[in-house]
Amino acid sequence: MSEPILQIVDLRVYYHVEAGAVKAVDGVDLDLDPGVKLGLVGESGSGKSTMALALMRMIKEPGKIEGGQMILDGTDLMTLTTEQMRQARLSQLSMIPQGAMNSLHPLLRIEDQIIDGMRDHDPTLTQHELRERVGVLLEAVELNPRVRRMYPHELSGGMKQRAAMAIAISMHPQLIIADEPTSALDVVIQRQVMETLDRLQEELDLSIILIGHDMGLMAQFVDRLAVMYAGRLMELGNTRALFQEPLHPYTDLLIQSLPVLENKGVFTGIPGITPSLLDVPPGCVFNTRCPEATDVCREIVPAFRELQPGRWAACHLHGVVEA
Amino acid sequence: MRGFFRYVGRNPALGWGLGILALLLLFSYGGRILIDPADAYALATKPDLPPMLDREALAKIGEMTTFEDKLAQLRLGLRHIFGTDTQGKSLLASMVLGTGLTLQIGAIAGAIGIGIGTVLGFVSGYYAGTVFDNIVTSLVDVVLTMPGFLVLVLIASSLADPNQMTVLTMGLVVSVTAWAFPTRAIRSQVLSMRERPFVMMAKLSAMSGHEIILKELMPNLLPYLVMSLANSVYGGVMGSLGLQGLGIGDRRQPYLGMIIWWIQYYSAFLRGMWWWILEPVTVIVLLLTALILISFGLDEIANPRTRRTV
Amino acid sequence: MTPLLELKDVTKVFGKKKAYTVALDHMSIGVPEDFPYIITIAGESGSGKTTMGMLLLGFYTPSSGQVLYRGKNIHELTGQEMFSFRQDVQAVFQDPFAVYNPFYKVDNLLSIPIKNFGLASSKRQSRELMERALNGVGLRPEETLGRYPHQLSGGQRQRIAVARALLLKPKLLIADEPVSMVDASLRATLLKALRSLNQDFGIPIIYITHDLTTAYHVSDYIVILYHGSVMEAGEVDPIIRNPKHPYTQILVGSIPWPDPNRPWGDTGVAFPKSVAFDESAPGCKFAPRCPFVFEPCTAKRPPLFQLDDGRAASCYLYQSDETVVRENLMDLFPRKEEAEAAAD
Repeated sequence: MSEPILQIVDLRVYYHVEAGAVKAVDGVDLDLDPGVKLGLVGESGSGKSTMALALMRMIKEPGKIEGGQMILDGTDLMTLTTEQMRQARLSQLSMIPQGAMNSLHPLLRIEDQIIDGMRDHDPTLTQHELRERVGVLLEAVELNPRVRRMYPHELSGGMKQRAAMAIAISMHPQLIIADEPTSALDVVIQRQVMETLDRLQEELDLSIILIGHDMGLMAQFVDRLAVMYAGRLMELGNTRALFQEPLHPYTDLLIQSLPVLENKGVFTGIPGITPSLLDVPPGCVFNTRCPEATDVCREIVPAFRELQPGRWAACHLHGVVEA
Repeated sequence: MRGFFRYVGRNPALGWGLGILALLLLFSYGGRILIDPADAYALATKPDLPPMLDREALAKIGEMTTFEDKLAQLRLGLRHIFGTDTQGKSLLASMVLGTGLTLQIGAIAGAIGIGIGTVLGFVSGYYAGTVFDNIVTSLVDVVLTMPGFLVLVLIASSLADPNQMTVLTMGLVVSVTAWAFPTRAIRSQVLSMRERPFVMMAKLSAMSGHEIILKELMPNLLPYLVMSLANSVYGGVMGSLGLQGLGIGDRRQPYLGMIIWWIQYYSAFLRGMWWWILEPVTVIVLLLTALILISFGLDEIANPRTRRTV
Repeated sequence: MTPLLELKDVTKVFGKKKAYTVALDHMSIGVPEDFPYIITIAGESGSGKTTMGMLLLGFYTPSSGQVLYRGKNIHELTGQEMFSFRQDVQAVFQDPFAVYNPFYKVDNLLSIPIKNFGLASSKRQSRELMERALNGVGLRPEETLGRYPHQLSGGQRQRIAVARALLLKPKLLIADEPVSMVDASLRATLLKALRSLNQDFGIPIIYITHDLTTAYHVSDYIVILYHGSVMEAGEVDPIIRNPKHPYTQILVGSIPWPDPNRPWGDTGVAFPKSVAFDESAPGCKFAPRCPFVFEPCTAKRPPLFQLDDGRAASCYLYQSDETVVRENLMDLFPRKEEAEAAAD
């Protein structure tokens, strides 16, 4: 059993606004083993996108990482200086952001954008070496070599997303965070892009965190799945086991609300609405919508603990343990 | 109301702009107490005096009994505080009245510009592609490509007797070109807003065209309209200053721009009459700066994307 | 019987001489008044599905062909007829924020049509109607009425938009991606509300989406569009479970089912790479990407062939003598009573 490549310990990210503190991420513990694809699924307001930014230490005012550790390959990212973190980005961990259309520079050719990042991290590379690397990268993400001289606006959505992938893998990082990389793409292109990402992961032995809200995509792509709700983790486990036998009521309801081919015409939703992160309910954060909530759920915050080997959940139904 | 001040606090451009404008308004309207309007006209007092206080006159205030007399004495004392020009006008009086006149002209031009601009802009934008719209857009294009100021000069100088030009007339002349840009700007805003789903919803709810313009589009464009108003006023002021600076208009009146005319006429530079030059220029710069700042500040409201804080 | 709303050989082209796109290509479809079904118009972006919705609502004008409301061209209606049209045909749109005018409270979305269509005779009655509609979508009036759009969540806003449709009880509802911008857990609730509108009140719904899973659950019939043309059409169940047209097969095969035991590539169809689309090319629109392409495909556009199970596919693989006359796509969809009678 190798050491985890990433260990997140009690991460807290709060946004300080006039009305108070929005607890976007409130005590998240997570481990990721090397070469594993981990999914982080949550609805809007769950805090999952904040997690992505926090890992890259790209949280901007009025947000702030209040506490916790993010240990990547033995080094706590929180202890790095700004300059060290800048070096770490792209070479140790990189991000494929949501909507690459907005992350690519509109006035630079694709080739130049890829080179830009590489040159910044390794000034020793010659122009020739850089150009050669670009060719290899474009082939890896299955983009036509012609694309290198093109501008972002000349590319389709799927192609732009692949260009963003090329940039993300250009310095062979150990960890890639993909934040809803396919949400703006059609279902057929989505499949192609995800299959490309899958192949890259295998070839380069990457660890991937896929963040999104599409449980279907998670079921198809990730090995392990973490379910997030209102800034906390509800459940974490092997994808197959989680779908087959969810340990947390939220996970269960979530899976049930998804349409599948079998039960046509059966609609189950989750009643109620997500609480505001400014005013989180006491006790278990899901208690207001949980069909199995008991008194203890309304008072005591459940600990996120390992209930079975590799399966974690924060729920008093498996025994009352305070966080 | 408190919310207004808080917002202004976070929008320095708007804050400063409104502040300076408020000061100028105070100066031109509040300042009237301190002057005798007759002093703004030729031969009111001794010419070519640099700024000074008439201490004798001020000293005599104590001797007066009635309020009117005290006030009159105060006015006498302050009469030369900005100096006088070659025609013997008290520059304090000139500036106080002149600033007011310029603001009035600006207001007229601004109101007409925005009035016409709003109506034409909304209607042509909402009914884009129709004959009406085509006429309006062509007209706007023509007016905007003309050298606006020259047109103003042409119009102004061909009036029966430029020396009889009233504030109203000057305002009207200047607004001939002031309406074009607001029309185009508002039209393009309406064109893009027209495609928004909430307008579609309004149509689905059987709202009529003019109902949609008035109730759905206009409230959303209010900040933009106010900004256009600021721009219109700015344009109007600039136009009028330009005309006056060329001596077009009633030269006897204490228009700010006319003071510029007289400065040239009487070679104030060569004669070292620095006060005569400095004062109107300062007020003009302040006024234009205030208008620009207000426009900037309103732009931030009109375009929330440029806002720095939510 | 004149259909309530009809596209008669409608084509919509965007762009100019050299760079043009045919968004919708000779589409004929008419919804009769007594048609208590939900039809999905499915396709990816660029398929023409949204264009079709916009044309039906009268927000786009056709480049050729006509859009008819009770037999009359909707772009030539009198004031009274237009009012009647708006009363009969309503819509729910995709973006839960954009349908609200940020200047007004959310009540406006409901109160204005109530007033304009004369659905209530007093303010109190109007308020009652609104409250009932909100309850129908699982919202509490105290928490939603009187608020501004930015004070509510996306889910709440979209629920109100659906409540509006429930309230107005139109004769036809066009729902353009009503749940795609809403959380997964809320989708079921909204779709259920739409389904009940259809089943309890017999209101036909045209459901426009790219999401075949929700289409499967909520609709009875489906029309698959690709670059403005119909590829396959018929009952939704057989088409999704057993797609016949190569494009439908790829589409269904790309659905990420939330079931780890059912991986992608289930349908066993080779995966094509995307290729730039040539509008002027004759032949089937899908030919450049089709794994089964053969000779006739590139020569002439295939008509809609009728298959044994009642569906139609625009593909030479299913060539038969029974083509579907493109007078009305709806001829494919029999009334349920007829179908049941035929089955007896």
